[in-house]
Amino acid sequence: MKNRIPLILLACGSFNPITNMHMRLFELARDHLHQTGKYQAVEGIISPVNDKYAKRGLVSAKHRITMTQLALETSDWIRVDPWESEQEKWTETVKVLRHHYNELLTSHHFRKEPGRNNRPIEKATEDSLSSSLAVVPELKLLCGADILKTFQTPNLWKEEHIKEIIEKFGLVCVSRAGNDPRQYMTESELLTRYQHNIHLVKEWIQNEISATNIRRALRKGLSVKYLVPDSVISYIEHHNIYTEESEQKNEGDLLQPLKQHSTIVNPLND
Amino acid sequence: METTDKNEVVLLACGSFNPITNMHLRLFELARDYLHETGKYKVVKGIISPVGDAYEKKGLIAADHRIAMARLATKSSSWLEVDDWESCQNKWLETVKVLRYHQEKLKISNSANNLQDAQIAQQLKLNHYYFFLDVPQLKLLCGADFLESFGVPNLWKLEDITEILVNHGLVCITRAGNNAQKFIYESDTLWSHKNNIHLVDEWITNDISSTKIRRALRRGQSIRYLMPDTVLAYIEKHNLYSEESEDRNAGVVLAPLQKHA
Repeated sequence: MKNRIPLILLACGSFNPITNMHMRLFELARDHLHQTGKYQAVEGIISPVNDKYAKRGLVSAKHRITMTQLALETSDWIRVDPWESEQEKWTETVKVLRHHYNELLTSHHFRKEPGRNNRPIEKATEDSLSSSLAVVPELKLLCGADILKTFQTPNLWKEEHIKEIIEKFGLVCVSRAGNDPRQYMTESELLTRYQHNIHLVKEWIQNEISATNIRRALRKGLSVKYLVPDSVISYIEHHNIYTEESEQKNEGDLLQPLKQHSTIVNPLND
Repeated sequence: METTDKNEVVLLACGSFNPITNMHLRLFELARDYLHETGKYKVVKGIISPVGDAYEKKGLIAADHRIAMARLATKSSSWLEVDDWESCQNKWLETVKVLRYHQEKLKISNSANNLQDAQIAQQLKLNHYYFFLDVPQLKLLCGADFLESFGVPNLWKLEDITEILVNHGLVCITRAGNNAQKFIYESDTLWSHKNNIHLVDEWITNDISSTKIRRALRRGQSIRYLMPDTVLAYIEKHNLYSEESEDRNAGVVLAPLQKHA
């Protein structure tokens, strides 16, 4: 893994609740990146969305963070980060990326400091070429391939944000077996222009463990064992998190990004 | 759940379990949910019976390891267990014989329980005791491909299929859009016993096949979250799946085909 570009994967989403599929996305992405021979995935970050996102059935971030923590207890490279969920408002994905990149630069700066003081400057620069610590890792957004499709949904994304995400950071998209995300790429000029920064990862086992399906099964009293880690299932049962009631949360509310980016003025509200 | 008026069922799954994956474990969970929702059955136990080494399937590793992995995988389950009787036999056994053995075993353990109940009842001088429970019914749990294997020439004996369907019954997990119904319709044997075939819809597509797992292991790809962590650790510790292990039984005719051909 020498001379490889260190890379950090960030996944944004509801994680309501986290499932084995979410963790698989990280494993698949890491394998793929390692096989390119160019990258070394050093860390995975899961950033559950803020409660203000106002998605139907979204339970409190406190629970979603704890469940994610439980699910990641056995992983030695993926962690959960509460920053996004602790903000006053819903934060656009690009701002979450910016935040984590700044954190990265700061921590990197501090880590580098002592080494620089201990030895002559020339040697430090020479070392920095081979030491992965000296290279600031790249931060990429990890997502399912359906995110490419959502880029086309009106008012969900700001054009300049899409551009910043794929130009400055980059995407690692895991696609379902049988789906071809290339189609969304060719349909968009922007995506085509930055396709070198979009890594497409093929899933070799069909995986449809959506959180929506999990919540539906839980409401019906059906088993979700082996789809969600045991520790998460016990937590859900203990706190009785997913019910008919919890599913009604934010019902009828407009998703925060749609509220924020929409420029259409409803004449009836005037 | 009221237990008194429900038929008790034990589910048996036969197969290679080479290695066991979350998919195998999901089959049991789906089947149990389905049978409970009918309101007619109560699933009291699930048994995993890995096939013996004499099955001679390509890439089949030693039963000891497959049993150990299945035991690790079922550790967190309150109702699943692994039985090594089939794999301890000297020769490959037809599935119907494995079913017969387990049904007999259930009868014996049940009558032992009843005897105990009867003795206790006598000691307590009870006139009415309700120990006379039926023996749980043993049903064969399988994936949809199993049904279709009935159509493979020489793999099954017709009288075995009939015995499985008449005496036990099938619980078959199928995928949305599959043609299990059509397959049953097109087979006279299956059609005449269709009341003893339960088709269970899988609501989350799951194709974590052991073949794919072994391939990924050979290629150094991650298989985490597709099987319990304990099984993964066992595979790594014993370095179970390699190019070499995949070549085991290469070119050898499968035991049932040798036997029935």
